[in-house]
Amino acid sequence: MILDYVGVKEINGSLIVLDGVKGASFEEMVDIRLENGSSRHGRIVQIDGERVVVQVFEGTKSISLDNTRTRLKCRPMELALSPEIMGRVFSGAGVPIDGFGEVYPEKRANINGTPMNPVSRIYPRNYINTGISTIDTLTTLIRGQKLPIFSGSGMKHNELAVQIVRQAKISDSDDNKFGIVFAAMGVKNDVADYFRRSFDESGVLSRVVMFLNLANDPIIERTLTPRCALTAAEYLAFECNMHVLVIMTDMTSYAEALREFSSSKGEIPGRKGYPGYLYSDLASLYERAGMVKGSSGSVTQIPILTMPNDDITHPVPDLTGYITEGQIVLDRALEGSGIYPPVSVLPSLSRLMKDGIGEGYTRSDHQALANQLFAAYARVQDARSLASVIGEEELSPVDKKYMQFGKLFEQYFVNQGYTENRTIEQSLDLGWKLLSTLPRTELDRVDDELLDEFYISDTDSISFDVFASDKSEENDTDD
Amino acid sequence: MAETDVIYGINGPVVTVRNTRSFSMMEMVYVGKARLVGEIIGINDEYTTVQVYEETTGLMPGDPVVGSGAPMNVLLGPGILDNIFDGIERPLKAIEEESGSFISRGSAVSPLDLNRHWNVKIKVKVGDELKGGMIYATCPETAIIEHRFLVPPMLSGVVTSVQPSGKYRLRDTIVTIKDKKGTEHELTLCQEWPIRQARPSAQRLPATVPLITGQRVMDTMFPIAKGGTAAIPGGFGTGKTMNQHQLAKWCDADIIVYVGCGERGNEMSQVLEEFSELVDPKSGRPMTDRTVLIANTSNMPVAAREASIYTGLTLAEYYRDMGYHVAIMADSTSRWAEALREISGRLEEMPAEEGFPAYLPSRLSEFYERAGRVEALCGGEGSVTIIGAVSPQGSDFSEPVTQNTKRFTRCFWALDKSLAYARHYPAINWMDSYCEYFTDLDPWYREHVGEDFIKYRNKITTLLHEENQLMEIVKLIGADVLPDDQKLVIETAKAIRVGFLQQNAFHKDDTFVPLEKQKLMMKAILHLYNRSRSIIAKAIPISRIDELGLFERLAKMKYDIPNDKPEMFDDLIREIDEKLATIALN
Repeated sequence: MILDYVGVKEINGSLIVLDGVKGASFEEMVDIRLENGSSRHGRIVQIDGERVVVQVFEGTKSISLDNTRTRLKCRPMELALSPEIMGRVFSGAGVPIDGFGEVYPEKRANINGTPMNPVSRIYPRNYINTGISTIDTLTTLIRGQKLPIFSGSGMKHNELAVQIVRQAKISDSDDNKFGIVFAAMGVKNDVADYFRRSFDESGVLSRVVMFLNLANDPIIERTLTPRCALTAAEYLAFECNMHVLVIMTDMTSYAEALREFSSSKGEIPGRKGYPGYLYSDLASLYERAGMVKGSSGSVTQIPILTMPNDDITHPVPDLTGYITEGQIVLDRALEGSGIYPPVSVLPSLSRLMKDGIGEGYTRSDHQALANQLFAAYARVQDARSLASVIGEEELSPVDKKYMQFGKLFEQYFVNQGYTENRTIEQSLDLGWKLLSTLPRTELDRVDDELLDEFYISDTDSISFDVFASDKSEENDTDD
Repeated sequence: MAETDVIYGINGPVVTVRNTRSFSMMEMVYVGKARLVGEIIGINDEYTTVQVYEETTGLMPGDPVVGSGAPMNVLLGPGILDNIFDGIERPLKAIEEESGSFISRGSAVSPLDLNRHWNVKIKVKVGDELKGGMIYATCPETAIIEHRFLVPPMLSGVVTSVQPSGKYRLRDTIVTIKDKKGTEHELTLCQEWPIRQARPSAQRLPATVPLITGQRVMDTMFPIAKGGTAAIPGGFGTGKTMNQHQLAKWCDADIIVYVGCGERGNEMSQVLEEFSELVDPKSGRPMTDRTVLIANTSNMPVAAREASIYTGLTLAEYYRDMGYHVAIMADSTSRWAEALREISGRLEEMPAEEGFPAYLPSRLSEFYERAGRVEALCGGEGSVTIIGAVSPQGSDFSEPVTQNTKRFTRCFWALDKSLAYARHYPAINWMDSYCEYFTDLDPWYREHVGEDFIKYRNKITTLLHEENQLMEIVKLIGADVLPDDQKLVIETAKAIRVGFLQQNAFHKDDTFVPLEKQKLMMKAILHLYNRSRSIIAKAIPISRIDELGLFERLAKMKYDIPNDKPEMFDDLIREIDEKLATIALN
């Protein structure tokens, strides 16, 4: 029995309230038809007896108390899935917007997904070679990981994400099994276009599924966008056995949409007005990364979020950091001094790295080298803050060495070209070269065996020219 | 209960039932056609409120709500160890077999395997008088843990019949007893217990025995007692989880209950994998033989996350009552507090600080007070040690969960972001952390490790504090201007930090260090300090000592000297003396 309910009882932001509804189920989808013939979609978010609260995806503009007819669709929000979604473009709510018509579904899946059984997860160990020294050496990306980029407005996070996609793809031997799901939430049209163009240029566009909710699209739709994207990703990974890289940008806009929705629902706000369930909500997205037994595919997530006012303790980056397996933090000062990618090494971290590197994965010296680089660079910060007080001249000889190390480290290790793809060996060797500019006694995180093998005692032989020359070519072509 | 009660309203995990009198507070109920598990959390004249432990998508007003007549229970019996449960004791391995890699709703799998046979040895005979908590039978649960079947605490009476020792299943009756009123009770291999109620014990014992962890900064600087409580607060990336894993692997408790409360799924799969590969150093058996895992990852229902902590505690108390030392790791209590906040918000309760409900402190204290070293009802001694990780929002220790946790725990291992950035692990900040167990534990240390240990520890603490003050000056004017004796303090403190406090969890020797070696390491550092001081007093510049490379030698002694060769420290001390002698002579 399909019933239409005429009119609404109350309109509040993007929510409408219906009364006298029978047989509604929680999170059920509804169709709302206006008198002028247009139709909208909504979802039931609260039920009190016969009073039902519906969120309208396209917004409540021009809805009045009695110009609508609402129909319950008797099913939760589902996404039509088939391998043909590759190369397609969808709206934030999963409706095709590229003009090629509906997807002929092989199956439909609830966009909320179901939690993965922790017992069925495979612990991720396969590292992804991104060709970027800072990431490969210090915050290694692992297949099945969720590793967000914490950035700020105006920084080069999009370029970094594109570079990761392009170079990670090349290193993958099993090329056919590679897919990208791109979810844009509240990003500018130009940004979405930049991604599309970049995917096109690197020849992967036919393997990308795009979900676009641009900055001027309705915010309720924005809260669905990552769920649609992840449902598509899970389908491709666990049923089509593909390695899927999910890029979600910008998570801050998503959280703001959630806040707007929550406050119009009249919920009690938590920190900075964000709803108290922000953690659980973000977790329900991020936790959909991983690998499961019985499937050879994987979902790897690179969420991008802009930290308002570059504040890492803001609720969105803060809660994200508690859920994701590490983070790549970009730094405005580095960006300002012309270093790309401006990865701030010290707060960046990859939690899964320790089991995916070393003998059999990358190289046996990797972990020790990474530890030592972190420790030495942390020491550089101490030396710098001291130098800012007493002047560089007054520093002890060791501190001066560290100052020099810091400069070289940023210039040659962190800094690399936009199209420069370094192998892991190159990155690691470069790391050892840099460490060799410090006195051997300072390297207390590495045991003597490794030092004997890798420490270059002949300081004159150290030069960074190889990379420097690469760089100048780089800049030529880039310009 | 003639008429069935039906759903009236739904808001996320909170479901209301209208006009009913059939439920009691904290009763477990089944909601909807799929029989989702829920718990009654509020009753008034008109509405009864249920929190549902599973996804509520698709529930409809008019769906049935059926009471179970009992509060939220866990099933206690053999088969708990080497198992992994969700927050309400549903066995995740069995669910995987039933419904595949993704958890479907309403699965009604028994928490423990009902069909497995256990090799039971009966310990009583007809006519014996049994009191609550006494042991009536045992069986080997895993290769290293003997399961002791306990009379339910509220029950006592005379044994009227006994089955012979042999193989039995979980629900088989093996002993019957008759209580004072003449009612017969059948004792099987299992019993139930409500999760929110502490299990009784005969009496509490003072916290005078340390929980040895093999982690230097914990054992030496901030020790925790068996039956004690500790909090590990730290922002993300500071190594809370890593510390919890290290403690679970190495601490000298008999049984480990690891509660992954609202944390990452990949982390749980890592724990699972690591623990089954890891061999327990004492028994040579896999760690899982003495471990229970509760995994309620952050994307699993939030209400079950709230319950998971209590489920873990109840399991821990059950083994404590058998006379075992149990350590429970809760990672992380902040997620649990957030679950409280989330549910409280759905109930439209008046929020207190930062949106947390006003009852947050009382819930936290209830939780931590369930720790303790006790004389169990069976006569043996057992303990539950609680180690709770706290994830402060924005790494700000002044937020409500950290602040309230501080009030109810006696050991505070504060993790520090700047130490973690420098990859100084464990990143426990020695200035911010504290421990209230020193006076309780010192007699034990005196007796088992020697008076020196306490002396060395105090000296090391003093040196670190001195360094901290000197660093204030160094930050302003540089280290070069300090007099030599203060430079020595800084050098020594560096050796303490790098050589002693820092510990490498991935190094085969350094991951666990026995107390004796901890003592000798301190001794070596202090020996160099004392000798150097007397040399400096003779106006020999400290740069001469630096040139000898002794401080670097100390920084690496944790790797150079294996745990089972303490005699090598004598060589080290001799080496220090010899080298120092060369400059003292000139």
